[in-house]
Amino acid sequence: MTETRTAPREKIDAMKSKEAIVNELSMVVATVNGSGSQTSNLAIIRSLFRMGIPVSGKNLFPSNIQGLPTWFTIRASSEGYTARRDRVEILVAMNPATFKEDLRDLVSGGVCFYDDRFTIPQERSDIVYYPMPVRALVKEMDPPKELRDYIANMAYVGVVAKMLGIEMEEIRGALMTHFQSKQSAVDLNMRMIQAAASWAEKNLSKQDPYRIERIDQTQDLLLIDGNTASALGAIYGGVGFAAWYPITPASSLADALEEYLPQLRKDEETGKATYVVIQAEDELAAIGMAVGAGWAGARSMTSTSGPGISLMAEFAGLAFFAEIPIVVWDVQRMGPSTGLPTRTSQADILFVRFLGHGDTKQVMLLPGSIAECFEFGWRAFDLAERLQTPIFVLSDLDLGMNLWMSEKFTYPSQPFDRGKILTAEDLDRIGEFARYRDVDGDGITYRTLPGTDHPLAAYFTRGTGHTEKAVYSESADDWDFNFDRIIRKLETARDMLPRPMISTDEDARIGLIAYGSTDPAIREARDRLKMEDISTDYLRIRSVPFAPKVGTFIREHDIVYVLEMNTDGQMHKLLQLEVPDQAAKLISLTHNNGLPLSARWVVEAILAHEGG
Amino acid sequence: MTASISEKDVSNKNVNKVGLEKADYKGLPTTLCQGCGHNSISSQIIAACYEMSIKPERIVKLSGIGCSSKSPTYFLNRSQGFNSLHGRMPSIATGAVLANRSVKAIGVSGDGDTASIGIGQFIHMLRRNVPMVYIIENNGVYGLTKGQFSATADKGQVLKKIGVNPFMPVDVCMEALIANCGFVARSFAGDPKQVKELLKAALSFKGTAVVDIISPCVTFNNRGESTKSYTWGKAHEYPLHDVTWVPKRDEIQVDYKPGEVTEVDMHDGSTLVFKKLEQDYNPRDRMAALQMLEETCCGGVLVTGLIFINEEQAPLPDIEEMVETPLVHLTEEVLRPSKESLEQVMEAFR
Repeated sequence: MTETRTAPREKIDAMKSKEAIVNELSMVVATVNGSGSQTSNLAIIRSLFRMGIPVSGKNLFPSNIQGLPTWFTIRASSEGYTARRDRVEILVAMNPATFKEDLRDLVSGGVCFYDDRFTIPQERSDIVYYPMPVRALVKEMDPPKELRDYIANMAYVGVVAKMLGIEMEEIRGALMTHFQSKQSAVDLNMRMIQAAASWAEKNLSKQDPYRIERIDQTQDLLLIDGNTASALGAIYGGVGFAAWYPITPASSLADALEEYLPQLRKDEETGKATYVVIQAEDELAAIGMAVGAGWAGARSMTSTSGPGISLMAEFAGLAFFAEIPIVVWDVQRMGPSTGLPTRTSQADILFVRFLGHGDTKQVMLLPGSIAECFEFGWRAFDLAERLQTPIFVLSDLDLGMNLWMSEKFTYPSQPFDRGKILTAEDLDRIGEFARYRDVDGDGITYRTLPGTDHPLAAYFTRGTGHTEKAVYSESADDWDFNFDRIIRKLETARDMLPRPMISTDEDARIGLIAYGSTDPAIREARDRLKMEDISTDYLRIRSVPFAPKVGTFIREHDIVYVLEMNTDGQMHKLLQLEVPDQAAKLISLTHNNGLPLSARWVVEAILAHEGG
Repeated sequence: MTASISEKDVSNKNVNKVGLEKADYKGLPTTLCQGCGHNSISSQIIAACYEMSIKPERIVKLSGIGCSSKSPTYFLNRSQGFNSLHGRMPSIATGAVLANRSVKAIGVSGDGDTASIGIGQFIHMLRRNVPMVYIIENNGVYGLTKGQFSATADKGQVLKKIGVNPFMPVDVCMEALIANCGFVARSFAGDPKQVKELLKAALSFKGTAVVDIISPCVTFNNRGESTKSYTWGKAHEYPLHDVTWVPKRDEIQVDYKPGEVTEVDMHDGSTLVFKKLEQDYNPRDRMAALQMLEETCCGGVLVTGLIFINEEQAPLPDIEEMVETPLVHLTEEVLRPSKESLEQVMEAFR
């Protein structure tokens, strides 16, 4: 669980000189949503990736179908940094409405590709401009009318590729991936890209220092979004039942289930489905169905975001108390109520941890990479069935919907753990059955599944107080006995859940604690802090209740910064509850404006605190 | 042990086709009020399942919250039960029967649980044709919270504590018909013979079978003028037909005159025999059923019987094209795709 660090190098300042800056840039493509630019942006980012250059892609999009500004940001970094950057070196301006504003964010010496119908404002004479004759190129090619907008967007792919040095063959490869090898679609798009590239070659001369050159740092990596990885993880975890209700940013998780399950899980002989996915009438029904299926013995899940979690509260409490295994993915988004539905956040931590009235305490997994989305996708079922409790997996919009590089997924390393289930044969052998009896002393009891053909198999599942034999009871003793055992079960859970990832440096007195999608920003920030002679150790939380190591880490450091994307420092509060004697040394650093964390923000926040 | 409704029948020592006595179908002693209509319905569930020789282990009994929803404790001790959330039992049922399509689901709900808090899930369960028997123990009143009107209470009805109900009732059978339910029945807890036959028919149905049973609340809503009372029901019950469920293999014994009976063949091989009473009623005509309910809704009668049947509609597991084997019986070899397939999937993200 411990990794070693390589020495950091800094290239950012080199931008100011005219010497070539190779494979080190942040690009923003400013478009209007609904204009069909997604394919173009994917072609650029995937071709960079195929040229061996580490990349990440983040789509800053509005909650809207058509007509509002959208920015697709691509970061290329030969050093492998993939966090969001708030500096922009390359702008592809395709939206006249935001042109001025977009230019304002460009660094001095930066590059602006723009549709030649736009007027360049006076105030930025410190950047390089490349006009793109989008309309003329479209007119010349005369694509089918219904594809005109899509093809028009390919013009900037061609010009940008030519001027930066992106290889045409890799763009073709990227399009082959995108169009699933549909040759005619690839050819049509490539015609425009090549026409635009030829135009650029004849008419533009290179005046900026930014270059893309083939390297070899993405061998064996994937470029993929977290929701797809989560869905694949669930499929390789044997998901039987999934119910969901459409909601940004979680819908694409269920979409991916619907896309891959028919390919991977049809019965070979009959062609029938070995799974079922139901689009429910609301999130309440979605989790209700998942609870019903989990109770009946299927590997069962639902996926949603904050507003859906609100609706799921009552069922979450029932499943916790009646001890029913289900997996709930919460792809977090920004704010209370509708908030900013297309922006990212980590603000459901406390709500989910205690989701349900009374003394409910939910088990949470916190994937911090795409590979972990896949891994927790299957592992969550093992944990849910082993612990007989809901497992909440908290992803977020950034991790779920944006494009990340990932290690290849590791095929599940262990067979299914179906937990403590008694069959008819077991009941014959044992001769009795008490659903909530702690036979093994770990707080986890044995269950039978509906349909078990044995007179002793039945029990009554209920949200009311109950005895060991699941019989209704209002007795204070029965309540204590049962609830103490549930708490004991949660203690057992600590040792079963994914352990924290710890990365140490020599003699660090400062500890950093973070979780989820902030990982790339924290890693990059640590490298930068190192350059300022600030050594840090880093613990990334991957589950709640916390592993014992978390408390140890806090005790071992003079000061521990807890970095997260919410307003109140929600994980910071949970940690203070966990180690109250250490509460004073836990410093909360929070960032919550809908944008993913940047390394610069982390560095500045820590320096400000250390300096003061 | 205290006397319970289910124990009254223990004297019957005959075993059924799966070798069980009626006592094997009983539940725990009821804690509902003495004389509650729900207890009578529990007895008929026991009788129906016993007489149909359904193994109790094959049944799941599900409920929401309320007096009605407590009742699954009082029948079929050998069936798995789930007393879930108020108004949300249909979602539990949907998940459970999809996870294990070999179990038979009996859901017990009430008028508050179905027509108020649960109306949304009720409609969507019907829209999906979830295979289950959905019983509404309908008494027009909230019992556990001590006597508030429910959404099925009559307009203008007076309750001592609350006053006058100013709202039109929700007719759950009409809602079911509009939602395209393929089995809509209404009965009266004071007519146990009909309740039992309709339950048997419902248990033979392959989609959602709604059985709305007027089930008087002896504590809060049993005054003679209430259409949910015993007195009123007994005086005003108007059966559409005399319905009998005939199991597979049994020859239909009774000789009827031509035109006097109609038969409906059920999916499981059993037959429903409808004997004509005063008027012709065709339970296959959906629009006629709606019209009948509209005309009789405030007409001073309690129409009972099988209001509508359409056994052609595919149930949810068939709509979803699921394998015949229950999902819960599939092995890891089936449920976890191969390592090679994962490699292939990942190729697309290069």
